[in-house]
Amino acid sequence: MAGAPLLEIENLRLGYATERGTLWAVDGVNLEVRRNEALAVLGESGCGKSSLARTLLRTLPRNAHAPSGQMRLDGRDVLGLPEERFRREVRWVRIALVMQAAMNALNPVVRVGEQVAEPLRVHHRLGRREAHRRAGAAFEEVGIATDFLRRYPHELSGGMRQRAVLAMALVTEPDLVVLDEPTSALDVLTQASIMNVLKRIKAQRGVSFVLITHDIATSSELADRVALMYAGQVVETASAEAFFGHPAHPYSRLLMDSVPRLHQEQPPRAIPGRPPSLLEPPTGCRFAERCPKAYERCSEPPPEVAYDTRHRVRCWLHHRSGGGP
Amino acid sequence: MSLHSPIAAHTTGSTDEALLCVDGLHTHFELRQWGFLRTGTVRAVDGVAFSLDAGEAIAVVGESGCGKSSLARTLLGLHRPTAGSARFAGTEVGELNGAALKTYRAQVGYVQQDPYGALPPFMEVQRILAEPLIIHGVRPRAERWRRIEAALEEVGLSPAAEVAGKFPHQLSGGQQQRVVIARALLLRPAMIIADEPVSMLDASVRVEILNLLHRVQQEHDLALLYITHDLSTVRHYVDRAMVMYGGRIVEQAPVDALLQRPQHPYTEALLSALGDPDAANAGRPRPVPGGEAPSLIQPPTGCRYHPRCPHAMAGRCELDPPPPDFRPRPEHRAACWLRE
Amino acid sequence: MIRWRDGLTQVRRYPSAVAGLLIIAMLIATAIYAVTAIPYSEAQKLWRGGDAWQDLPVNASPAWTDRLLGGDAPRTITVSSEDAPTERQDLGAARLETTTLEVDFPYDGFPSEINLFLEAEFEQGQPFTRVHWRTPDGEEIPIDARRVGERERFSISQDRQLESRLGRAPQVGLFTDAEPGTPDPTVRTGTYELVIETVHFEESARLHAELVVYGQVHGAFGTDHQRRDLAVALLWGTPVALAFGLLAAVGTTVTTLIIAATGVWYGGWVDATIQRLTEVNIILPLLPILVMIGTLYSTSIWLMLGVVVVLGIFSAGIKMYRSMLLPIREAPYIEAARAYGAGGGRIILRYMVPRILPVLIPTFVTLIPTYVFLEASLAVLGLGDPVLPTWGKVLHDAQAQSALYHGFYYWVLSPAALLMLTGLGFAMLGFALDRIFNPRLRNL
Repeated sequence: MAGAPLLEIENLRLGYATERGTLWAVDGVNLEVRRNEALAVLGESGCGKSSLARTLLRTLPRNAHAPSGQMRLDGRDVLGLPEERFRREVRWVRIALVMQAAMNALNPVVRVGEQVAEPLRVHHRLGRREAHRRAGAAFEEVGIATDFLRRYPHELSGGMRQRAVLAMALVTEPDLVVLDEPTSALDVLTQASIMNVLKRIKAQRGVSFVLITHDIATSSELADRVALMYAGQVVETASAEAFFGHPAHPYSRLLMDSVPRLHQEQPPRAIPGRPPSLLEPPTGCRFAERCPKAYERCSEPPPEVAYDTRHRVRCWLHHRSGGGP
Repeated sequence: MSLHSPIAAHTTGSTDEALLCVDGLHTHFELRQWGFLRTGTVRAVDGVAFSLDAGEAIAVVGESGCGKSSLARTLLGLHRPTAGSARFAGTEVGELNGAALKTYRAQVGYVQQDPYGALPPFMEVQRILAEPLIIHGVRPRAERWRRIEAALEEVGLSPAAEVAGKFPHQLSGGQQQRVVIARALLLRPAMIIADEPVSMLDASVRVEILNLLHRVQQEHDLALLYITHDLSTVRHYVDRAMVMYGGRIVEQAPVDALLQRPQHPYTEALLSALGDPDAANAGRPRPVPGGEAPSLIQPPTGCRYHPRCPHAMAGRCELDPPPPDFRPRPEHRAACWLRE
Repeated sequence: MIRWRDGLTQVRRYPSAVAGLLIIAMLIATAIYAVTAIPYSEAQKLWRGGDAWQDLPVNASPAWTDRLLGGDAPRTITVSSEDAPTERQDLGAARLETTTLEVDFPYDGFPSEINLFLEAEFEQGQPFTRVHWRTPDGEEIPIDARRVGERERFSISQDRQLESRLGRAPQVGLFTDAEPGTPDPTVRTGTYELVIETVHFEESARLHAELVVYGQVHGAFGTDHQRRDLAVALLWGTPVALAFGLLAAVGTTVTTLIIAATGVWYGGWVDATIQRLTEVNIILPLLPILVMIGTLYSTSIWLMLGVVVVLGIFSAGIKMYRSMLLPIREAPYIEAARAYGAGGGRIILRYMVPRILPVLIPTFVTLIPTYVFLEASLAVLGLGDPVLPTWGKVLHDAQAQSALYHGFYYWVLSPAALLMLTGLGFAMLGFALDRIFNPRLRNL
């Protein structure tokens, strides 16, 4: 069961400096993750979810402006912390990250065990023996035999490498693990086994997850709650039941219709059009040009509206001023 | 209006012989050290048999390392088969050379997994699409442009003139894959082989491209070999599906039958590992067979799946490989001793 | 993946590249000028020396260096009888013609040489001439009296008798009013006259005289030991250097790339053969081989160019391109090309090579001065092309004539400066291009 709020994000904005102006990848995002809760952040490529992941760990590239807004961990603001303190107290200590295609980012010339132990040695200053013992424990937790500690990355299969990277994130016993497309490059059976690992860890350790993915079916394997992003904004936040069962936002509904399903008579329907440019986003609702339910009000940017308990929608249709055309 | 002219009469006698007939196909790769020392053999395609009619779409489903890409490359004439036969419109693909091979290649279109990698980054779309036409002697330039324009319109990239001048990096992933599909259609092939055409695309774009492929296949009455690892994408796009494991086909059936009444334990495992989006999924683990995908260099003896199979029968499953009896086209067969 | 046009516009962002481009543009302009103003055959003829240069002083420094230092060294003054007043006097059976050649001499320094060129037209009877010198103060100094043949060159400054009469070298003595024996004489500026009295014995006989008072400085670049204006060699050296450098650079880089691509594509023994050939060739030293060929066979510049290109093809470049091409060979679009029927040749030339070409450009640009220097080195060693005037040739002559020992710095400095300028221009452009086409280096 979800516990007290662990991570609270308010009005987070992140822009990149480009030759053609500032690109606002994250434009006013509010999110909340409680203890022992898994939040899935869904969206198409380019909607800003990867930038969000990196903002959570403050591992942004050089051309990113400093993020604005609030990010509170257990009530304490961490966005304003100086880098050195963030590194010592938060990054990989309380929040860890499993990057996209991280299994390919393993150092090919260093043994896997050493790499998994590294965060402990760097962030926690643990000695070699203790760090390796804990690395072995992390391996067991993710389901790799401990003999593989001595192997090199190329000696492990893709699935095993992904588990190793997961072990690397878990080894420092963080409160929150951010996963950016953890299974997108993997086969079906391997994906399922990784998701099983995540489920087990969540149940046994009470870790919170932020799962960032474009794969809706996979996200439902772990998510307690879902936040759907579009063009840098969150358009719907709800419990998994609400989102997968009866989503409120038009985009959510179209998205659910576009998922190819194993057991469904209706063929999936693609959403026509493409997301807007983040360099010059539309002034009104960003989904309006593709939305079948757009009307005049949509030329103004809709605020986030409370649709139900812990269910917010960014859409005029559900605004209390009487939605609908 | 169809741009496609169907293949003329087969060269062999029987008129109801399928367009593509694969029988006992083996494609093995020698691993060599230092250019000559033989250190092993990769049995990528290890006894595959199936047939494909003109205008029919079938899916080849399997995980990475099952040999499906090697199968595709063999059928495209990019690898020589080690044994067995693959007959396309009566001609043996494995024996083609020179001009005959080039002619064959015009009859089979190829859509690859990586849309950006499949396009030369230094050529504009127009030039990319002109290449196959130039190679196969389509002249003059005006005629080539006509066909390029038609192909671009057909895959939904319009206005064609605008897209034609762009470079691949200026297009989105979905648009790039549309160009790849356009290129595959240019030579008016009879068959298209699509190897994981949407795996590297964003989930939201996949359906668009699959729909496009389906539409094109129907409109031009093309045979389609759709290779994928994602069973959830096959239902609405193909007539039949085959499951591949360890270099062999383990099950073949009409697609609905495969999805609803799988007969091979591996197919069952695949189906159990997949799910439609449902909040209840988060509550329970999915059944996943233990073990790893089989090595193609030293595959397990007998049934390739038996080390992981919950129904493995000692004495039977390790010793004799079940006969791959998929000819003539059966309704629903699985290569499993359980079903014998 | 950088596009050509974007790449070239980006050059503007690097000041060093712009400077390099300017230098190269200047060199090219010079080359074009040289080739149009002095056609090839003409240049060859000129450089062979001889009469074309007879009006130029020997080993003269450039005029402007002298001016820059505030000096007033004499330029060459040529006076011809065509422009001079002639008086005729009829002597019955003969005719006396008196030609007065005026020499305006305002300089500080003494001429380096004085020559009188006489050409007589006659049938049988040679005219008889008497020459004397008149200073601005009216002093008359007899120089010589003689019969004149068809062509005569009378070196006044080397006339021993005149020298002993004047007590000094004639080019000094004729231009000063200092007493014989006084050291450091100064020039008496003013208008001098050379009076030529000729007795013609035939009606149709004519005499043409040309007095050349050679200066100490000449032109922009000075002259060499054979009186040749160095400007010709330096000007003409530009197109030779550029052409040699360019052709060698193009020939080697493009061919190297194509061969590397062929090896990568076909693999197997083709690749192995190419690699072994390359490895052997890398060890062989280029300059000694060229020296050998030049000494034992021929030093024709085309031969040298050919050998340089052939030996340059199987160079370390092959290894570098091979490592860059190997991953390209596995690219999906290459596989797709095979699938739609492209043959090996097309794949190599149209799909693999263009991928690497942008990286080739900086290499190619920085390679040009290497070959320019190579050609110059060969020439300095005496193995330059025998007929063409090149910068290396000039350096070779300078060295052979011990230019530095004699203080003829200009002879060495001008070709050296041009060589350095060429190297600098191409290097600056090349390094900037490197940063443009290799994005990984961009932050340097």
